[in-house]
Amino acid sequence: MDILRIATAGSVDDGKSTLIGRLLYETNSITKDKIEALESASKRKRLDFLDLSLLTDGLIAEREQGITIDVAHIYFSTPTRKYIIADTPGHVEYTRNMVTGASNAKVSLILVDARQGVVEQTARHLSIAALLRIPKVIICVNKMDLVQYDEAKFEAIKESLRSLVAQTTFVGQEISFLPISSLFGQNITQAADKMPWYQGNTLLGELEAFEFAESLAHAPARFPVQWVIRPKTEEYHDYRGYAGKISSGTFQVGDVIKALPTGQESTIASIEKFGEQLERAEAGDSVVITLTTDVDISRGNSLVLASDTQAPQLKDFAAHICWLDHQALSPGKTYLLQHGVNLTKAKISQITERLDVVAQTSSQDVDSMKLNEIGGIQLRTAQPIMADVYAENPSNGAFILIDEFSNSTVGVGFVK
Amino acid sequence: MTNSTIKDKIGQFPRKLEDESIYIMREVAAQFERPALLFSGGKDSITLVRLAQKAFFPGKIPFPLVHIDTGHNFPETIEFRDWLAKETGAELIVRYVQDSIDQGKAKEETGKYASRNVLQTVTLLDTIEEFKFDACIGGARRDEEKARAKERIFSVRDDFGQWDAKRQRPELFDMLNGRIAVGENVRVFPISNWTELDVWNYIKEEKMEIPSIYFSHQRQVIERDGMLWADSEYLNKEADEIPFEATVRFRTVGDMTCTAAVESDAVEIDIIIEEILSAEISERGARIDDKRSEAAMEKRKQQGYF
Ligand SMILES: Nc1nc2c(ncn2[C@@H]2O[C@H](COP(=O)(O)OP(=O)(O)OP(=O)(O)O)[C@@H](O)[C@H]2O)c(=O)[nH]1
Ligand SMILES: [Mg+2]
Repeated sequence: MDILRIATAGSVDDGKSTLIGRLLYETNSITKDKIEALESASKRKRLDFLDLSLLTDGLIAEREQGITIDVAHIYFSTPTRKYIIADTPGHVEYTRNMVTGASNAKVSLILVDARQGVVEQTARHLSIAALLRIPKVIICVNKMDLVQYDEAKFEAIKESLRSLVAQTTFVGQEISFLPISSLFGQNITQAADKMPWYQGNTLLGELEAFEFAESLAHAPARFPVQWVIRPKTEEYHDYRGYAGKISSGTFQVGDVIKALPTGQESTIASIEKFGEQLERAEAGDSVVITLTTDVDISRGNSLVLASDTQAPQLKDFAAHICWLDHQALSPGKTYLLQHGVNLTKAKISQITERLDVVAQTSSQDVDSMKLNEIGGIQLRTAQPIMADVYAENPSNGAFILIDEFSNSTVGVGFVK
Repeated sequence: MTNSTIKDKIGQFPRKLEDESIYIMREVAAQFERPALLFSGGKDSITLVRLAQKAFFPGKIPFPLVHIDTGHNFPETIEFRDWLAKETGAELIVRYVQDSIDQGKAKEETGKYASRNVLQTVTLLDTIEEFKFDACIGGARRDEEKARAKERIFSVRDDFGQWDAKRQRPELFDMLNGRIAVGENVRVFPISNWTELDVWNYIKEEKMEIPSIYFSHQRQVIERDGMLWADSEYLNKEADEIPFEATVRFRTVGDMTCTAAVESDAVEIDIIIEEILSAEISERGARIDDKRSEAAMEKRKQQGYF
């Protein structure tokens, strides 16, 4: 059974949480006691309908203000697959939480209010979806009930998004448009009887039909070592196993590999999982690899195929960045850079550009980056990192920046 | 939705979930100096133990199992706990809520709904302090409750164990930032993305042992608020709450005072899974501690509850 991860996006009050609540409601994924809790909470708010947004807006502050502040993760499954949904906040102030929720998504649901059409958040979230290389974006034109389910309104919004989409999208990204009403359950899991002019899939139909490369099995082989297993028991006296999760590609017993950054070569003796011997393992598998010879390998090192002459070792490189902290990025300051499980010090030598998400232009003359801004930087690291270009191998191309003093995660970067 | 039968959904555990959880276990071991696995005896923490075994095999689990014993546990749970520790060769640390009460640090609740569920936070925080644990692994899942749905996998707590929902660290991709200041610690939830059904399917596929109270058995119970509660010396009964025998099992294993039983004939795991799929009430619905108010969980977490 595969897993499809989805994230919502769009401006405040566009109906993201309501949409997710509706999706769960219509797939019978909400138990009776939770529906009862929703009913009484809706009554307390003096609403004459079931407020499905309350299903995901679980924090006290969220329920008081009627907005989403932080990502909620919700689950449902169909016979086809398990869905993990990140319901993210629409408010600009909480963009970092939106990025958090979207970082693992394979599908982004960007909501647009049918009355308002394209707004700044639409552009910002399309940019973020492109930056993260999310393979599918469904633009859901919501609240169609408030525009009398008017086809012309829907077409006009589609039209007004055309040039923006053309500017942000990348080759291979699927973009589709869907007229819906989350409140009245139009086009969520059942065809919209109020919109006979729309012939396409429902939202669920669209999700169920989406085929995605579940693993990055064909990308270059990358195995970051998390932990070295040395039992030192009688039975496993000389055992030395490298534990980790393959981030991309495939490894097989007998493969000649090299350890980075040292470049020492060896051969894979076994690939194991809880005692089970595997012939091969691929992206996403958490395994233990043993080698035929003793090589000096520790946490943060990476195994790649010895034949892979392209395997990167970056010390001075360019990246896209999304800033996530209230304290602005300051060039010259030392940060900790975490790439996968590898940690090293890094300095940002230059901010090369800042993106204006609405105009889709960038300015080169920048000396700082503030919370929620997107741009480009040049950085230097103390130790080389084994990161690929994000657009070519997303599972091995992103990193986070950590403030050494506050310990906060302050930025997310994507190797250019 | 395509009308699937219950049978269609049975026995499908998404294996990728296991890989992700093992990855998290290894990150905990690598990033922290003194991690611990908080073991409650319930199916979720039993699942955690299995994941930890898998993560470090053929090595041993590199951190202790810690049990906060409320004194109101089901005897079957305690028996199982001791068996599992022996079976896996893991170190077991037990600390008692009764000791916190005796030391005057916690006060026994009174009345019909009295339980030690809230008190265990005191003992937990003391235990963290005693052993200087910097990371505590727990079996909470995001599908359990709406405040849990908001929690990160690495959830930073301050000196007092408190959770600040509005100041959570961004958690991107699978990169986990476990850096903390002195005095802070991290709660780690490796099975955040599993649902109750995922856990049961996993237990089934892995042929894992679980405490007997998860399966149907005869027991003396009382009826209260439309639910069945195990009769025990710890339950404060009212005069009209007269125990009777029923055929029941437990969906979740907490204290005897705050975990309701369900009537069930399920003697094997397949039947349990079918029951869950057709149940109208969620797992947490059987926990009286969540019913105290709409935001009960978030408030308890602010205080340092797991
Ligand atoms: N008429 C109508 N109202 C809707 C629809 N969808 C949502 N709403 C209403 O719009 C308001 C905001 O809905 P939410 O689901 O909280 O919006 P959101 O996008 O999650 O908001 P944030 O998370 O705070 O950004 C609520 O009052 C909903 O009832 C719809 O399809 N039609
Ligand atoms: Mg919302």
